[in-house]
Amino acid sequence: MTLAELQSVGAASDALAGQGYLADRQLAMAVHLAVVLEQPLLLEGEAGVGKTEVARALATAVGAKLIRLQCHEGIDLHHAVYDWDYARQLLALRAAEGGVDEGELFARRFLLRRPLLEALESDPAQPVVLLIDEIDRADDEFEAFLLEFLSDFAITIPELGTIAARRRPIVVLTSNRTRELHDALKRRCLYHWIDYPTPERERAIVEVRLPGVPEAVAARVVAAVSRLREQGDLYKLPGVGETIVWAQALLALGDDASLDETLGVALKVHEDVLRVRERGVLEGV
Amino acid sequence: MSDPSGAEAGGALLTPLADGMVSRLGDLTSVLRAQGTRVGVGELLTAVRCLDEVECADREQGRMALRTVLCSERVDLERFDLAFTAVFGDGKVTAPDPLSELGAIEKAVLPSLAMADPSGSPAQDDAEMLPAAWSDAELLLEKDFARYTEAEMALARELIARLARRHPTRLSRRTRPSRRRGRVPDLRHTVHASLRTAGEPLHRRWRAPTERPRKVVLVCDVSGSMAPYARMLLQYMHACVTARRRVEAFAFGTRLTRITHELAGRDHDRALDRATAAVTDFSGGTRIGAAIAELNRVHGRRVGRGSVIVILSDGWDRGEPEQLEAEMARLSRAAYRLVWLNPLAAHPDYQPLARGMQAAVPHTDRLLAGNSLASLEQLATILEAM
Repeated sequence: MTLAELQSVGAASDALAGQGYLADRQLAMAVHLAVVLEQPLLLEGEAGVGKTEVARALATAVGAKLIRLQCHEGIDLHHAVYDWDYARQLLALRAAEGGVDEGELFARRFLLRRPLLEALESDPAQPVVLLIDEIDRADDEFEAFLLEFLSDFAITIPELGTIAARRRPIVVLTSNRTRELHDALKRRCLYHWIDYPTPERERAIVEVRLPGVPEAVAARVVAAVSRLREQGDLYKLPGVGETIVWAQALLALGDDASLDETLGVALKVHEDVLRVRERGVLEGV
Repeated sequence: MSDPSGAEAGGALLTPLADGMVSRLGDLTSVLRAQGTRVGVGELLTAVRCLDEVECADREQGRMALRTVLCSERVDLERFDLAFTAVFGDGKVTAPDPLSELGAIEKAVLPSLAMADPSGSPAQDDAEMLPAAWSDAELLLEKDFARYTEAEMALARELIARLARRHPTRLSRRTRPSRRRGRVPDLRHTVHASLRTAGEPLHRRWRAPTERPRKVVLVCDVSGSMAPYARMLLQYMHACVTARRRVEAFAFGTRLTRITHELAGRDHDRALDRATAAVTDFSGGTRIGAAIAELNRVHGRRVGRGSVIVILSDGWDRGEPEQLEAEMARLSRAAYRLVWLNPLAAHPDYQPLARGMQAAVPHTDRLLAGNSLASLEQLATILEAM
C-alpha cells in the first residue's frame, strides 16, 4: 500500500491492521486525517497503550522511512537538527596547517545530520514518517523551535543557508503529559487520546501479536488485566504491552502457569502487587 | 507655589505606595524640619520614589534609603536618626505585637508619635516607643492571615507577588558557553578559536550547564478548618502560577481538584473566583490521604520526579491515617523535597499531634508555619536555596 491509497478511514484502519496494529475507529480517523491534511498528529495516552507503535505501523504499512527523534531533557538544535563534526574539523585544520578558510571548514562533508535535517533532506521518492517521541521531556525553548519547524518544514544553518523539505513528512508526536504542552503547538496538531482498548479489542491484539496463542490464554490474560485496571487505587496500571508480555509468559510456562506468580509482568510497583494479592483480585481468573 | 503639572506628576509617583506610608513620611519630614533640617517637597518626592525601589517591608533598607535622600549635611544625620526613631519606633518588635490585634481603622487612629511614659518608670528598654513597626508592610508581615481585614489582604498582594517570584532551580542538561574552565568542552568555539591560531587549538573553550526552574507543586487544603487561611494561600498560589513556569496548583477538601488553569491569568480576583468555582468542596471536610492518593495516581506524571511539593494544610484529617502515611511515603519518594506549611505550627508550643500530622511528618523535609507573610517569606527563602 502506498500513501496515496490511504484515502479513507477504512483504508487507514486496514493499513495499520496489516502491520498488527488494531486501531479503533477514532485513531484510524486521526491517522487518515494526518495523512490527507498533511498535519502533525499529537498522540497522548497512558504509558504502554501503543503511541509510538502507531508511527512504526504507519511507516511500514505505506513503505515510508521512519525517522525517530527521541526527546530528552536538555535536547537542543545540535541534538535534533545538525551539528558539525568538530573532531574532523580540527584534524582538517591541523593537516592543512592553518591553510583552510572558514568556508571549507563548514562544508557539507563536516555536517552531521540529526533526525530533523534527515527528514527534510530525505529522498522525495520515498515518503517519511517523522516520529517525535516524548515531546514533553524537551524544554519550552525546544518546543518553540519545533513550532517553527512544523509550520515551515525548513531549517536555516547559518554557514550553509536555508534547507527546505523536498517533501513534507508525516509527523507523529507523542507526549506522556509530564507537563502541559504549549497551546500554540497543540493548535498546530491534530490530537488523539489513545485509551486502553476494550477487552474484545485487546484479545484481538494479543491474537494478532502472538500468532497461534491458545484462545484460553488470551482470554485469561485479558480478563486479568481488565480486573487490574478496574482497581481504582493502583499506582501504575498495566498497558497493552504488559498484556502481550503476560500472555507470552503464560505461553512459555505452559499449563501450570499461575497468574499470581507472574504478577510482576503486569505490575511494577510493590504496593500495587501487595494490594492485589491481599484483595484476591485475580481469584477465579 | 508649585505648578499644577508638577503636582500631577507627584501624584502619579505616589500611587504605588500605601497611603499610611506617605503620611508617615510627612510626619518624618515635619519632625526633621522642626529640628532645623531643610526638607522640601522635592526631597519628599524623591523619598517616596526611593522607597518604591527598595524592599518596602525591610525597615533597615528603608531607613538607609531615606537617610541618603533626606539628609544634606553631617548634622542632619543625627537629627534624622532621632526623627526616624520618633516616627517609626526603634524597630524592636515586642513579642506579641499589640498592634497586630487591631484592624486598619484602629491603627489609623493611633498616634504616630509616641510619648515617654509620664510615670517615669525605669522600664525604658523597649516600652518607650510604642508603634514599633516601620511600616504597614512590616506590621502585616507577622500578622496571622486569619485576622486580616479586606484592606490588609489588598496591601499584602504586592508582597506576596514578590515572594512568589523566588523559586527553586536545578541544573539543566542544556549547556551554554562559559568563561570558566569546566568539564564540558565547547568544541564549536574551540574550532572557531583555532582558526585564528593556524589550526592549532591553543585556546580551549568550555561549556557549563544552565539553571532551570525546578517544578513546584502546591497543594492547598481548603476544608472548613483551613477557611481563614485558604484565601491568602490561594492568593500566594495564584501569584506563583502567574509569576513563573513549571508550577502546578491543586486544592483539596474531600477530593482533589487541579486549579492550575483556573489560577492562570493576571486578573487576580477573576482567577480566584474561577478557582473557587472549580473547587466543589470548599469549606467542607478533609480527607488528606484520599487527596494525596489522587495526586499520586491521577496526576502522578504531572507531579513527576524531582519536583518540590508544598502542602498547605493544618493536618486535621478525617480519613484513615494509614492511607495518609502510605501516600505521603509514595509522594516523598518521587519528590525532590516535600515541605508542609501548617498554620497551627505558628504556635510556639505546637506539637504535630493531630493524627494526620503524625502520619505525615516523618515524610516531610520541612515543617513551616504558613500563617503569615513572614512564614511565606521563609518558604520563599527555602525554595530559593534548593
